[in-house]
Amino acid sequence: MLTRTKLLFLIGGIAICALVPPVASAAGDDFYTTLFARIMIFAIAAVSLDLILGFGGMISFGHAAYVGLGAYAVGIFSFYGINDGFLQFFVAIVGSALVALVIGAICLRTRGIYFIMITLALTQMLYFLGISLEEYGGDDGLNTDRSEFFAWFDLYEEINLYYLILGFLVACVFIMHRVINSRFGMVVRGCHANEDRMQAIGFPTFRYKLAAFVISGTMCGIAGALLANLTEFVTPEFMHWFRSGEIMIMVLVGGMGTLFGPAFGAAIYLLFEEWVPDLMEATISGTGENWHFIFGPLLVILVLFAKQGLWGLIPDRSRRDG
Amino acid sequence: MTWLLLIEQTLNGAQFGVFLFLVSAGLTLVLGIMNVVNLAHGSLFMLGAYYAATFFGLTGSFLLALVIMVPLALISGIVIEVVALRTMYDRDHMDQVLATFGLILFFNESVRLVWGPESQPMPVPDFLDGSVEILPEAPYPVFRIVVILVGLAVGAGLYLLITRTKIGMLIRAGASNRAMVGALGVNIRLLYTLVFGLGAILAGLAGMMAGPIQSVEPGMGEDMLILAFVVIVIGGIGSIRGAVIASVLIGIVEVVGRSILPFAMANFMGEDAAQTAGPAVASMLIYVLMAAVLFFKPAGLFPAQAG
Repeated sequence: MLTRTKLLFLIGGIAICALVPPVASAAGDDFYTTLFARIMIFAIAAVSLDLILGFGGMISFGHAAYVGLGAYAVGIFSFYGINDGFLQFFVAIVGSALVALVIGAICLRTRGIYFIMITLALTQMLYFLGISLEEYGGDDGLNTDRSEFFAWFDLYEEINLYYLILGFLVACVFIMHRVINSRFGMVVRGCHANEDRMQAIGFPTFRYKLAAFVISGTMCGIAGALLANLTEFVTPEFMHWFRSGEIMIMVLVGGMGTLFGPAFGAAIYLLFEEWVPDLMEATISGTGENWHFIFGPLLVILVLFAKQGLWGLIPDRSRRDG
Repeated sequence: MTWLLLIEQTLNGAQFGVFLFLVSAGLTLVLGIMNVVNLAHGSLFMLGAYYAATFFGLTGSFLLALVIMVPLALISGIVIEVVALRTMYDRDHMDQVLATFGLILFFNESVRLVWGPESQPMPVPDFLDGSVEILPEAPYPVFRIVVILVGLAVGAGLYLLITRTKIGMLIRAGASNRAMVGALGVNIRLLYTLVFGLGAILAGLAGMMAGPIQSVEPGMGEDMLILAFVVIVIGGIGSIRGAVIASVLIGIVEVVGRSILPFAMANFMGEDAAQTAGPAVASMLIYVLMAAVLFFKPAGLFPAQAG
């Protein structure tokens, strides 16, 4: 169970997210509303990736693929003038679940290094597929309308979209909380600790791992559908393997194998991406776009010395359950 | 005319396969022996191309650039191994993936800082410029033929190194049982560094030869890296023979598929539909091939014990 400190962080985090739009519009700067909407979308992706990465021990280097699929589900319907949000999100969910099922079934035949390389390669396949589809913009991407849910709930009101995303994030974290602490979640965590032993006890570990893979991919698909709504633009770039790497970094920064850590990791990574280039630009002009020069080595250091992530640095006796 | 196109594209595919082989040969040894995921291997391909482009530009001699590039690539590889990777051997794969991902970001950005974001000019050297007629009325660039020959030579050399020399024996032994080789008194760390340096030279060589064909620009190594992964998955981790065969296979399927498939599909479906679906199918071909191989042979076509 959560310690009091972590509970405070969690409530604080949700409260900050809820308060951003009114504060930002009072300050006359809607930029932060968009930024935080983006953070929450990637928080969904990172939290769902952590289910298989941190809890399941499956190092998927391909989760940007599902984000991209969800985004294209919205984008392609919008391309044909169909903006019904229920239909779009339904297809985003079913589509990313099916693709995750196929990719998972192929990849989970292997372990270790093979698994990493294959998830990476199959993501890149979807990326190239996106580029080769000239019909839907190919390389240049596709301009997209926002989804339409109800007449009174217009997503072109930034505030409505923002709270929709927040709602999805809270729901996603809640579902993940239930999944991880369920019997199913225990089996998946058991596979991480010792798969042979789980098999010896009699669990069909392949099916459990595949189910976890599909749940994780599906949630990333939802994140993608939200992302398409936020940016009003869909591009194969969403599926580029660098994006997969970024989501993994968010998980690592926040804390692998923790439930809420990756959400904070997403916030930290995206704020870093926003602020550090500005800071560099202010220090030495012209260096702002070279922020990877600092971030790359920083990432190496982080991996070497701060493995448990920031969520793990919050004082707590029992680490794995948060 | 179509047959000429097919032959030409097959040669192009073989030549692309040579690049893939040079990149994946080092990578597969590193993966097989050290059990380390090294995403930064593509950066060595990029660095090789940049070193070569720079010194080719300065000296005007392709061979001199080669002579300078090789030790530089070796040093780069050894520095990466000693500074960053050596601490990773005992870590899990997740750490290796993220740390080497950090290295990619660092190298791409370093290259951008030193050489600028625009691509570097690297012409085909004069003595390899021109073309020969491989078949009557079918000229083919000499440079690409040389690339294929170099690939064959390196492949043969590596095969001899691995199967016929003491170092090769140690490498094979290391691939099948690291701890045992160490226990028998072999300096396994030095062996690791050597293998890594060798891989760096091969990747650098590929980058150098790719310079006049592709463009020399930041991030050029990433696409090669992912294709090299596909090659390794198909060929089997740690297997040079597997890398040779899978590289050529992937190279030809990729290049020929992209150029021929849209036309071939137009024969049995509409012209318009083929123009849309052709490139899409072509871009997925090699991955479908990979999935198929995995389905029947999860450990690749040539598992490492075979050398």
